[in-house]
Amino acid sequence: MKDDSYVTSDGRTIGGVLMDLRRITLRFGGVEAIKDISFDIREGEIRAIIGPNGAGKSSMLNVISGFYVPQEGEVWFRGARRPPMKPFQVARQGIARTFQNIALFEGMTVLDNVMTGRLTQMKASMLSEAIWWGKAQREELANRERVERVIDFLEIQHIRKTPVGRLPYGLKKRVELARALAAQPRLLLLDEPMAGMNVEEKEDMSRFILDVNDEFGTTIALIEHDMGVVMDLSDRVVVMDYGRKIGDGTPHEVRNNQEVIDAYLGVAHD
Amino acid sequence: MTDRTGVPDPVLHSMPALLARNVARFGAKPAYREKEFGIWQSWTWSETAEEIEALALGLMDMGLCAGEHVAIIGRNRPALYWSFVAIQSAGAIPVPLYQDAAAEEIAYALDHCGAVFAICGDQEQVDKVHEVQDRLPALRKLIYLEARGMRRYDHAALTAYGDVQAQGRTRRGALQGRLQAVADAVTYDDTCVMLYTSGTTGRPKGVVLSNRNIIETSKNSSAFDHLRADDEILAYLPMAWVGDFIFSIGQAYWTGFCVNCPESADTMMTDLREIGPTYYFAPPRVFETQLTNVMIRMEDASRFKKWLFDRLMALARRVGPDILDRRPVAAMDRLLYRLGEVLVYGPLKNTLGFSRVRVGYTAGEAIGPEIFDFYRALGINLKQLYGQTEASVFITQQPDGEVRSDTVGVPSPGVELRIAEDGEVFYRSPGTFVRYYKNDASTASTKDAEGWVATGDAGFIEEGTGHLRIIDRAKDVGRMASGALFAPKYVENKLKFFPNILEAVVFGAGREMCVAFLNIDLTAVGNWAERNNIAYASYQELSQHPQVLATIGAHVAEVNRSIADDDMLSGCQVHRFLVLHKELDADDGEMTRTRKVRRGVIGEKYADLIDALFGGKSEIYTETEVTYEDGRKGKIRATLILQDAVVVGDATRMAAQ
Repeated sequence: MKDDSYVTSDGRTIGGVLMDLRRITLRFGGVEAIKDISFDIREGEIRAIIGPNGAGKSSMLNVISGFYVPQEGEVWFRGARRPPMKPFQVARQGIARTFQNIALFEGMTVLDNVMTGRLTQMKASMLSEAIWWGKAQREELANRERVERVIDFLEIQHIRKTPVGRLPYGLKKRVELARALAAQPRLLLLDEPMAGMNVEEKEDMSRFILDVNDEFGTTIALIEHDMGVVMDLSDRVVVMDYGRKIGDGTPHEVRNNQEVIDAYLGVAHD
Repeated sequence: MTDRTGVPDPVLHSMPALLARNVARFGAKPAYREKEFGIWQSWTWSETAEEIEALALGLMDMGLCAGEHVAIIGRNRPALYWSFVAIQSAGAIPVPLYQDAAAEEIAYALDHCGAVFAICGDQEQVDKVHEVQDRLPALRKLIYLEARGMRRYDHAALTAYGDVQAQGRTRRGALQGRLQAVADAVTYDDTCVMLYTSGTTGRPKGVVLSNRNIIETSKNSSAFDHLRADDEILAYLPMAWVGDFIFSIGQAYWTGFCVNCPESADTMMTDLREIGPTYYFAPPRVFETQLTNVMIRMEDASRFKKWLFDRLMALARRVGPDILDRRPVAAMDRLLYRLGEVLVYGPLKNTLGFSRVRVGYTAGEAIGPEIFDFYRALGINLKQLYGQTEASVFITQQPDGEVRSDTVGVPSPGVELRIAEDGEVFYRSPGTFVRYYKNDASTASTKDAEGWVATGDAGFIEEGTGHLRIIDRAKDVGRMASGALFAPKYVENKLKFFPNILEAVVFGAGREMCVAFLNIDLTAVGNWAERNNIAYASYQELSQHPQVLATIGAHVAEVNRSIADDDMLSGCQVHRFLVLHKELDADDGEMTRTRKVRRGVIGEKYADLIDALFGGKSEIYTETEVTYEDGRKGKIRATLILQDAVVVGDATRMAAQ
């Protein structure tokens, strides 16, 4: 892998290819959700996947997260081809995600929810966990510290002990992000992080996404409908329509791509 | 504290000197605590002194000279409190600024005092200073505490707080002599701190307070309330406010008690409960909000619990204050009160974080008698004080056992009071400010040659008890067209005592009648709406709901009845009112940062509404400019309903027809 890292205009370093998707095709029975798509995600960048409803964005994210195994094509992660894996194995590789429809444990507190993000890092035996002694205790303290840093970072201290079910939507979204961050991922997948939010909540969430990328150097791939947000946040954008890739490049390039404009604004049939 | 008597030790002429004494006396006792990462971290007086010295040396190394000003902007954190004393150690003057101030307000203060450094709590504050930095040639460097989000900033004009300290530690050998020389040169009359008053009118003024002002006031007030080294306070009020400076620095250094900083503004209530302060200050608004929350939650309690709560609270209201003041109470009541303590009062105080409060104060605005009595009934020693920045806070305060909701107490130790012909209150004390910075005209008009300061408030000293009662701002007290006395604040306070009413502004000077603008309290009214299945989409819609207007109208009528009983002020009954479509806000300049209404601004901004009220219209369309937190402007439009209120008495009836 050649090193072609570069520095962005705002001073962040974008490294080499972290994940490479090569000629991915995903079918559900006779329906082709993704048709022969290739693109890469580079270390340290914020990569957006956009497209109209039903374009195959979430399917694409599920391929990246290992939840769907494509019928054709290869997924390369950190320079090696990834064999079909269970989602927990993918998580251990350093990929964490949030969901479009929030998937938290509603009855548990924010703290406990975020702690579950550390599960893949816990290695103590069940016995040790049960009597909370030795390794289990040390592990929990270390994990709790990590979790507290995330809680501090995302400014959710005031709801630390609140059951998630009682929280408003915007905060739940933030807790989901916290849980994903607790896993210290190399690649963070965000499925519509701002869906259903008001302008102020969107601004907050954008700030957090930028800060995560900046402070922890986490690579981020996100799906989002709000064009303004996507264009402001991301370094590069993939545009999908009907399972095909119709554009790929910087926000500026994508915005001026005729095919993208047609997909979003419709084509005049004359 | 042992030496409460006589003059202070001659070497205790500055905060750094008091710090050194505290290290010697309480070295291993916690001086500061802060909750971070979910755990209370603490610093002893010795550790505090080391941190402060490192910062002071670092600042000196960066070229800070004696007499220069350094701004401090941020939320209550130990590191920012240390920076006060570090700046003083280097012979310079700390100038705390309100953290929620807009960039323009900060620019004015920084420019006015010529600050050479600004110590900012986080990115938000750094951004605000950055925005106006090119207009501030004197400002040499920004120091930040929380690095988050600033990784990619231009660090040429930025330094981390930790780096300043690290530099100070490495240069200790070279600079310590100079630090000692500064400490030796400090006198009792050197400036201790400069605080900007929010000012209900005009530009903020920089109030210069000397070491004498602060230390004498701290000494006197600590003795008045028997504050001890093992007291605990929660520092959550703005650091730029004189009260916080006196409580969290002045009194803390004088008596050596521990200052606890909350994890964030949102966790204040949880942190309050965890710390259980013994000495507590809150503006009436905080007590009101807490009471409203308790009442709303009791509405949701089971019927038995609600019954028990109501019964025991009725008992507490009847005998609680007397028990607190050690007055005789029937044995049966005393026994029941004990039972109540176990079943209701104790757990409630614990929930509120008031289990250990020995001395509690409220000030700044009048507090509703019901609210005040509620807390005292629970056995919390809540008292009132009256003060201002120019007095280093204390003018009058209530001694234990002489607490009432309608007075503000007797003169604090060392304070002399005088009531002028026109009713304005004057005072003179060791805490009286030195001068307004770069504003000799204002200094001269406020403080006379003998040191008497005009408070700007009208009041009188009660016969027999010697307690001071405040009626209103002196300049707001006026006459109505009929010649009757007009005291808007008096009426507004009565209105605000209703939980449904958040703010009230009354107009009527030189007019035939009084009219009022009201703000609904969204928490209380929103809860009521929820219970009664009243749907609303916005604050604006709820505020104009017919049932809301009817409820508010009933409140106004009740206030009118109570005003009618007062011979002197019966002319101040509210004849017409409207409920405003937006909350009065400091960002719009309608209130000060300490949430006092700016009558003049409101009068100009809503002139159309006032005219409509006096003109007898029943509806008016209006457009209002609003300022968002980030300084952008917007507009809201609304059609407001103007209503007549029920008034009592004949003399003024004609106006209401």
